[in-house]
Amino acid sequence: MAEFKKADSMLEWFDQRLGVINFSKVMMTEYWIPKNINFLWAMGALLMMMFGVLLISGIFLLMYYKPDVALAFDSVNYTIMHDVAYGWLFRHIHAVGASVIFLVIYIHMFTGIYYGSYKKGREMIWLSGMLLFVLFSAEGFSGYMLPWGQMSYWAAYVITEIFGGIPVIGGDLVVWIRGNFYVSDSTLTRFFMLHVLLIPVVMLGAIAFHFYSLRFPHVNNEAGEFFDYDVEAEKYLAGDKKGSKVIPFWPVFLAKDFFVMGVFLIFFFYLVFYYYGFAMDPVNFDKADGLKTPTHIYPEWYFLWSYEVLRGFFFEMFGISGKDLGLMAFAFANGIFLVMPWLDRSPTVAPANQRPYFKIWFWLLMIDLIVLTIFGKLPPTGANAWVGFASSLSFIVLFLALPVITTLEAKKLGAK
Amino acid sequence: MKELKILAVVASLVLVTFYGIEPYAHHVMHPEGKPADFKFSDLKNVDTSLKGDVTAGKESFVNNCTACHSLTADGFDPMMSDADSAAAYGVTPPDLSLAGRIYEKNFLANFIFDPVTATKVEHKYPANGSKVYPMPAYSWMGAQEIMNIVAYLESVSPKAIDEAGLASLAAKEERTLFDVSREQNAEVFKSACGRCHDMKYGGLSATTPKVTIQGYMGSTPPDLSQYIISRGSHYLDGFINNPQEYLHGTGMPRVGLSEQAQAEVIEYMTQVGDPKKTEREELGPKVLLYLLIFAILAYLWKRKIWSEVH
Repeated sequence: MAEFKKADSMLEWFDQRLGVINFSKVMMTEYWIPKNINFLWAMGALLMMMFGVLLISGIFLLMYYKPDVALAFDSVNYTIMHDVAYGWLFRHIHAVGASVIFLVIYIHMFTGIYYGSYKKGREMIWLSGMLLFVLFSAEGFSGYMLPWGQMSYWAAYVITEIFGGIPVIGGDLVVWIRGNFYVSDSTLTRFFMLHVLLIPVVMLGAIAFHFYSLRFPHVNNEAGEFFDYDVEAEKYLAGDKKGSKVIPFWPVFLAKDFFVMGVFLIFFFYLVFYYYGFAMDPVNFDKADGLKTPTHIYPEWYFLWSYEVLRGFFFEMFGISGKDLGLMAFAFANGIFLVMPWLDRSPTVAPANQRPYFKIWFWLLMIDLIVLTIFGKLPPTGANAWVGFASSLSFIVLFLALPVITTLEAKKLGAK
Repeated sequence: MKELKILAVVASLVLVTFYGIEPYAHHVMHPEGKPADFKFSDLKNVDTSLKGDVTAGKESFVNNCTACHSLTADGFDPMMSDADSAAAYGVTPPDLSLAGRIYEKNFLANFIFDPVTATKVEHKYPANGSKVYPMPAYSWMGAQEIMNIVAYLESVSPKAIDEAGLASLAAKEERTLFDVSREQNAEVFKSACGRCHDMKYGGLSATTPKVTIQGYMGSTPPDLSQYIISRGSHYLDGFINNPQEYLHGTGMPRVGLSEQAQAEVIEYMTQVGDPKKTEREELGPKVLLYLLIFAILAYLWKRKIWSEVH
């Protein structure tokens, strides 16, 4: 064992044992972030904060929630909402938080796409981020089942049914997932386990990995500029703070994040107190009833775009049934973002507004996703079904065209 | 400023999406029904301008109504238990103590004249069908006699206690205003809805046993504990006034509540289904003010820190 001299201060005492001074340098005061960024770069910190908010509010809810089909509905709507002091507040924070975190995830994700932050060394950041997106989706879906209302039940029914479309093993797979032939008590208890244990644990690991994946390629900046971080860091440490292109994570980067958090929290708590209905669907305040199908079944807003891709193909084409086409499109939609770094064939890392073709592609994608989201909630009848079909098809075409568009763009920019 | 421009772009994308999935989607999925008509102007069988005579009305009441109905407010107690009377009639006949106060006058008179048309359940009891409404029509009665009964019912019905009365009652009994107000509203709910519907979170069970009511209605009427959230006060206001208009073919009869009684029922549903409303509305501004101060301090700190690097 190394020899320890008597520590002169508490800091030194901890430093001898845990290396806290070096650790805080590596993690905070000498972790370099580019200076040329805007508030969109604060979404990561917002997500971390919201994850904490969901974790803490979730722990409080967990103390009273009962994962049993006979007890779940009342444990949420009566025990937590009426009996427990401020139980309603924790539930509102948890429900609104779960909904709003997806808004921040989408902003975070499309910021990455807009600024090209997924390529040229940043592929692992993108992949780990998409892994987190999948985990958050699974967490959102499993949590939505827990209050055991009508929408909980029927969303669980519809979504687990989707796995039945997988060839050969589909039917058995659905039974395996549900733990029964229909959505039942066994389904509820296993989704409860997933929601409060397995998925959050994996999430913690994935978040750590996501942060780690940032260390080597570094955070992208508003101009997509590549520069030598060591040189810029030295400049900063030498005192040329204004001339350096980097800032330390603490306190400079976080100082801005705290302000963004403050503004965001005002918006968030406004929703928690005065406009929570969007995150707690009224239909879900009717207890689950497997014999009574609600007039309209729709998922939470953040799944609407992919749900609409699933519904968009409603008629037979090329001898394949509409249902199977929808499933294939759905699988495509959920997997395609993952390979984004390889679909974009242009080596240019720059904001979309400086990329002549990609710019158009990006805004078309945004419009298409908004149309899909809106029509994903409306009843799929008459003209709505055709809008759904057109926008689902456009979604697929947009992604199939991306390699071509970016190759052409690379040629054009290279020729200049 | 550039950041504000970016914020404006993000905000407008969010707002367009929000508009589509919330207000617009609701408008498409839940089209606006007819507004409540508290005059029940489709009912015209009885001339309600006639002035009723209370004494004559009581005599008619004793001769025609007390065989099935109790009216505890004037000393007519029920003759059977709820379960027995439910078994006899299909549903427990109502105690009429509050009838004169909570039912709208025109509705009440026309109900006595012909219950089936007044409650709009002709689809369940067609003229030549085998099922018969438990209460016979009194269409043979003259309008004057019907109005006498209505006048009698109005005269014996205990009046509603107003806001000031409730406050002094709360002070006297050392209870909260919320509790005494909820208790008063619960009486209206029990009279108007409580023979068929449970209000589990308010501790009320339907007075008609489940098996009997299921046979009578065709299905078990739902527990209404969370209906203020799942349906909302606006929908309830239209629905209770005229169920067929909102849910065509439903077994639920039109109840004929006066505007005030219906407001009391909805108030009760709010008090039971959303009891933390006041607490929520009181805490909200405090939290937001706290966060506003936090945001301002965070902004000032950010300015200070970033002035060194810009």
